[in-house]
Amino acid sequence: MTQFAWPDPASRPLLGKKISRVDGPPKASGRAKYTYDYNPQGLLAGKILRCPYAHAKVISIDTRAAEKLSGVKAVEVIQGPGTEIFWAGDEIVGVAAVDEGTCEDALRAIKVEYEVLSHFVSDAEPPKNIAADTGPIGADDFQDMEENQVPDEEVISAIERRGISFKPEEKDYASMKGMGVDSKVIDALRQAKFVPAENKPKSPYKKTAVQTQGAPDKAFAAAAAVSEGLYGASCIVHSCFETHGSAIEWPGAKEMVVHVSTQNVSGIAAQMSEPLSVPAGNINVLQQNVGGGFGSKFSVDRWDVNTAKLSQKAGGKPVKNMLDRRAEFEVAGMRPSAFARVKVAADKDGKLVAWESRSWGTGGVGGGGTPPLPYILEIPNQRKQNTAISTNQGSARAWRAPNHPQAAVITMGAIEDLAARLKMDPMDVLLANMDIAGPRAQTYKEELAIADEMMGWKKNWHQRGDKTPGTIKRGMGLSIHTWGGRGHNSNCDFTIHPDGSVEIKMGTQDLGTGARTIIIIVAADTLGIPMENVTLLYGNNKYPQSGGSGGSTTSGGVTASTRRGAINARDALFEKIAPSLKASPEELEAVKGRVQVKGDANRGLSWKEACAKIGAVPLTVHGKNPNKDEPPDLTNSGVGGVQMADVSVDTETGIVRVNKMVAVQDCGLVVNVKTAESQVYGALIMGISYALYEEKILDPVTGRVLNPNLEFYRLAGLSDIGELKVHMMTGKGYDERGVIGLAEPPVVSPGAAISNAVANAIGVRVSFLPLTPDRVLAALEEGGANASV
Amino acid sequence: MKDDDLRKPEAPSGVSRRDFMKISAVTAALPVVLGPKVVHAAGEDVPIQGPGKVAVTLNVNGKKLSAQLEPRVTLLDALRGPFDLTGAKRVCDRGACGACTVLLDTKPVYACSVLAIDAQNAKITTIEALAEAEKLSPVMQAFVEHDAQQCGFCTPGFVVATTCFLKQHPKPTADDIRRNLNGNYCRCGTYDGIRAVALLEQGGKQS
Repeated sequence: MTQFAWPDPASRPLLGKKISRVDGPPKASGRAKYTYDYNPQGLLAGKILRCPYAHAKVISIDTRAAEKLSGVKAVEVIQGPGTEIFWAGDEIVGVAAVDEGTCEDALRAIKVEYEVLSHFVSDAEPPKNIAADTGPIGADDFQDMEENQVPDEEVISAIERRGISFKPEEKDYASMKGMGVDSKVIDALRQAKFVPAENKPKSPYKKTAVQTQGAPDKAFAAAAAVSEGLYGASCIVHSCFETHGSAIEWPGAKEMVVHVSTQNVSGIAAQMSEPLSVPAGNINVLQQNVGGGFGSKFSVDRWDVNTAKLSQKAGGKPVKNMLDRRAEFEVAGMRPSAFARVKVAADKDGKLVAWESRSWGTGGVGGGGTPPLPYILEIPNQRKQNTAISTNQGSARAWRAPNHPQAAVITMGAIEDLAARLKMDPMDVLLANMDIAGPRAQTYKEELAIADEMMGWKKNWHQRGDKTPGTIKRGMGLSIHTWGGRGHNSNCDFTIHPDGSVEIKMGTQDLGTGARTIIIIVAADTLGIPMENVTLLYGNNKYPQSGGSGGSTTSGGVTASTRRGAINARDALFEKIAPSLKASPEELEAVKGRVQVKGDANRGLSWKEACAKIGAVPLTVHGKNPNKDEPPDLTNSGVGGVQMADVSVDTETGIVRVNKMVAVQDCGLVVNVKTAESQVYGALIMGISYALYEEKILDPVTGRVLNPNLEFYRLAGLSDIGELKVHMMTGKGYDERGVIGLAEPPVVSPGAAISNAVANAIGVRVSFLPLTPDRVLAALEEGGANASV
Repeated sequence: MKDDDLRKPEAPSGVSRRDFMKISAVTAALPVVLGPKVVHAAGEDVPIQGPGKVAVTLNVNGKKLSAQLEPRVTLLDALRGPFDLTGAKRVCDRGACGACTVLLDTKPVYACSVLAIDAQNAKITTIEALAEAEKLSPVMQAFVEHDAQQCGFCTPGFVVATTCFLKQHPKPTADDIRRNLNGNYCRCGTYDGIRAVALLEQGGKQS
């Protein structure tokens, strides 16, 4: 029986070591090519005229003057007269021309008449008197619920209670299924009663019904301590350094080559095929490197379809349109805001007994996300209600660990405030609640002990409010987090050439996570050969399909398919050479650059000699994940992490500085400790950035983003990060779980840990992220009476 | 340039504010010679370049590179487009992030904030010239060893900036680094590795 399982720690020449990423040299030397760098002879530039209003109707478009301009090759209306536009920056007309300057001249020559409509961009707390939605659920409402990740049971209960005002057909159900709508929800739709839509003005507020569990009122009344507070995180933007976009050409009338900045090489062709009436098989999608995605680059965007149409109109010549920075901020995705008024209670030992939250937030026209509250901790008695606010701004897209960072800042903030009421160390409160911390409780316990050591938590933690004299106050905060991270569907063709070189073809991508490196590590580790012998061909949809890189699913998926491909290839090689070694294939092993009888270096061949026996035709096999026929499961789901922050707050200026952060993280079997650590360092830094600086600010008057650039949308710089320490959990209890993704989990906790550290330092809660000087000073002012400074 | 200057009455040349900013930038670099039309603006005689394409010759990485470019083309776009040197990246396109850092003579500049026609008298060095063929420079090697890069889009700018910084501060302190390498941003969060590169820590994180 073939052994696909990950090797024992003793026989892992490369797995679990610290290995430099294989794409390091081309990136460090500027040779690495990105979509933005695609620059063939005859390349045309593409640009888009965008709507300047946050809500408007297109009345007329006149492109005649633009079309006549010298150098303009194609003009294509994207959203024509009669279209209602719901956010500023939305696409109206696309232009292709010989260069960008000419495109800009052409855009200025286009006349568009709009009827400006009223807009709404505020995600402030909804008025109290808003009723929960009671009328029938419309098609848009349903879609919003799904996109907002409203829990299935809530959707079903709403459908049963309220009925639906649309009549889905079989093809609609099929497409819902394709988009991942749960079959129970589809059943509920099938059985729903039809209720005609109510003719009432549309409210921006979509309020869910109150969800109650246990007996919250009784539990609050009996509790030893109750804490009430306001918490949340503002809208932030992915700010990918390589903006969204593509370069597209038509080598034939029904044939496209698409260079695109994407997290989803294998998934693009299917999305382009329909709008452009080209068979998906005739679309070649290519990408060597991508300058950041963070969840915002899975789909073909309207501007990509426009680029393809412009190229088609221009005789198939390549057209490249990468969004400018302003458009990147306005239309290419953001993380929804989430805010909540929370009441939480515990008994005298810190055991959590009751939770109540009224939450709200926005993620654009569709409403907002639904943060999983309370985060991680299954508090027995709960009452909660969420209001999604529809606002006129570009829609939210998945941002690393969707909804988790917001849920963490709300939940961990509330628990920290409760701990302060009990005069307890918040670490002790968490430890007192490990029985309700879900499947990763043991992991959190082990990690808290390590983080304590790394931070000197127990040694240095003080009660709320730094009592030392002076205006600079210091404090510490912590948070825990979780994520799934099971490996996605992944396929590879695995080839051993007669000259001993190894080639892997996989339709995947590397966002800078180190995916390329771990694929090569697994292949070389399995075959006992140096990494230099292995070539990875990726970034092309003509290679075997591999999933999109999102939700921390890549590491588990690509390493599992590679491991299975490598084992299958190795076993096929053993079959070929066993006779010449007078052994059965099962007796052979591939180690240290040799194929030999297990443990007997004298009865073997060098890797090169062994491969020479393959014959003239290379040996190619397939590897895939998941594969029930080839147990065991090589990937798994569910990780735990702990983070602690040490901050200083200047109570005169309101400026917060991070002195130190500690991250202790589990992700099952760590394939490459070096890139795994980098992923966690990166998450800490991105976390410091959204905790202290980042905020997408909308102008209530114009409805436009006020800071769509990198000088007023502030990112953390090298001088802002303090000392960072990362510890990866490895060894027994972790390794044997298999490979689990790491991109989302460590970015969940920094906001919560830093917010808690600030509260611990200054004695009052600064409710919302980012913790800007104005918010800190306002909290100090308001909280003066309660503050212990 | 104070805004006040722009409101002074000018020669009736139809020079808009935008054009004016371009030509005023030119004066420092170009003597007034025969050729372009000359206008009197802000108390000086200045040649008008454009608005059509003009011949531009740049000294890049020791080579003379020429192209017909509109005066509005930035150094960054000239390098990345006609000269196909794509190591410097266009990220913010307005002098905030440093991803387009190149050297003008020995000074690191944001190539997105320099016009190509203004860079004609300088020696321009891009990331491509910091490494010989496949061989990495010591700073690049340190970026690899310390894993000071993820998506890599900000990396060339950071490598140019760090190379310059280490020339100016051969034995940098942590404070030097904080003060001097704050002109480049990274979105993936690679500063910890970059700090180690700049501190000349040996051996990277390699075990």
